[in-house]
Amino acid sequence: MNFETELALGNFYIPECGKCMKVVWPPSEFCNHCFGEVLLKKKIFEGKIIEFSRKDDEYFCLVEFEKEVRVMVKTPNIPKIGQIVKILRCGISNGNYFFHVI
Amino acid sequence: MKKIGIIAYGITPFTKDDQKIESSLLKSTKNLFENNPQINRGDIDAVLVSTNNNSKYLSPILSEMIDIQPKIAHSIESLCNSGTNSIVSAYSYIASGLADMVLISGAERYDSPGHILEWDNSRGEYKHPIFWASIFTKSYKRQFSISDVDLAVVPVKNHKQAKENPNAMSNKTYSIQDVLESKKLTEDIRLLDCSRPCTGSASVILASEEIARENNYESTWITGIGQKTTSAGFTKNISLSSMESTKLAGRAALKMANRTISDIDVAEIHDAFSVCEPIALESLGFSNLGNGINMVKDLYETNNFKINPRGGLIGSGHPLGATGIAQTIEITQQIQSKAGNRQVDDVNVGLVHNMSAAATSSTVLILEK
Ligand SMILES: [Zn+2]
Repeated sequence: MNFETELALGNFYIPECGKCMKVVWPPSEFCNHCFGEVLLKKKIFEGKIIEFSRKDDEYFCLVEFEKEVRVMVKTPNIPKIGQIVKILRCGISNGNYFFHVI
Repeated sequence: MKKIGIIAYGITPFTKDDQKIESSLLKSTKNLFENNPQINRGDIDAVLVSTNNNSKYLSPILSEMIDIQPKIAHSIESLCNSGTNSIVSAYSYIASGLADMVLISGAERYDSPGHILEWDNSRGEYKHPIFWASIFTKSYKRQFSISDVDLAVVPVKNHKQAKENPNAMSNKTYSIQDVLESKKLTEDIRLLDCSRPCTGSASVILASEEIARENNYESTWITGIGQKTTSAGFTKNISLSSMESTKLAGRAALKMANRTISDIDVAEIHDAFSVCEPIALESLGFSNLGNGINMVKDLYETNNFKINPRGGLIGSGHPLGATGIAQTIEITQQIQSKAGNRQVDDVNVGLVHNMSAAATSSTVLILEK
């Protein structure tokens, strides 16, 4: 399983080292600690809003998933710091990852 | 360690000109040699080019354009702090004995590919720098109860100071109201909060103490260097209202120079966006946490040019590969009392702060008489 192939299908997995279990983010082929193979075992569903701002009518937030994976995401609702949000859609568009949460 | 100094500098105006990178590099180098006819070009044994431009083989090209055959010639890229990274590399070549005199030339075009870090997928679809800057701004305002009106003093001060810099892109002054009414890019960033991409070039020559003394070159000594890279990705920043890499680089530079922050008479700070100036001032120790903006306000109200005398990145423009070199030239001019209307009184020790990619990497230099 490849992180980007799965993400393109709308599945957001935690890239995790098969040897030492370290979360490797942004995803890489090999663990940045022990160079073990990075595996996708657990799918990500929800995360916590760390900070946010707004461009036009859309909010963009820094969200933390599983305490280690921080990502910039889009949300249609007014965010609150510490709020738990769920992945609505994710994928790859024009070469960029995208994540929409609600 | 050998003593190493800046013995010459040259610069071009920062503009929106559509100009080949090779032409830009040559212009600041030409300016350097025209200002310093006493320097024998043949003594240069290394040429380092600082840029994010994708053109190839720029250092050998520049060497050929000025008719020299250096031992060492290559480019250096590290996004927005390529300039000071090149100065540190030149310093190391001289300190190790691999070179005695190094030409460092930085240049960028307004359409530089260095504005976007494609690799950082943790930024999702928000790869433009205004997004990390918005997150830092929101977080800083929240943490220390600071308003947009408070922050607007940064571009107001820096544009005012840039007006005294003949090479700056900005030649206008703005009021707090002008900043607040400028185009809203995000909820937290307005157009006047941003440093602007531009075309420009800056060059310096570093030399060993022996060469400088033998030839009686006026020298400004690099007495402290601190560098720290904490990550490449923006989202790895643990704090969004301080700059860890800047804090560590600043400490290391002061330690090497055997100085404290209170010894610094003038400083160039990497104000890529308004919020970066107070955060960097705090992380470097110029002020307490949350107090950086009051320091900026005081400096503005007392017409004190101590921080970003040339107008910073916001007032001067930000030609990435040239920025760190232009900052270093400003501090050199301040130390040599050659900064014209921007001159700060009694400057003996100056500091340069140059950083990359949402403060994931910082370089701090200490310069002295
Ligand atoms: Zn591992």
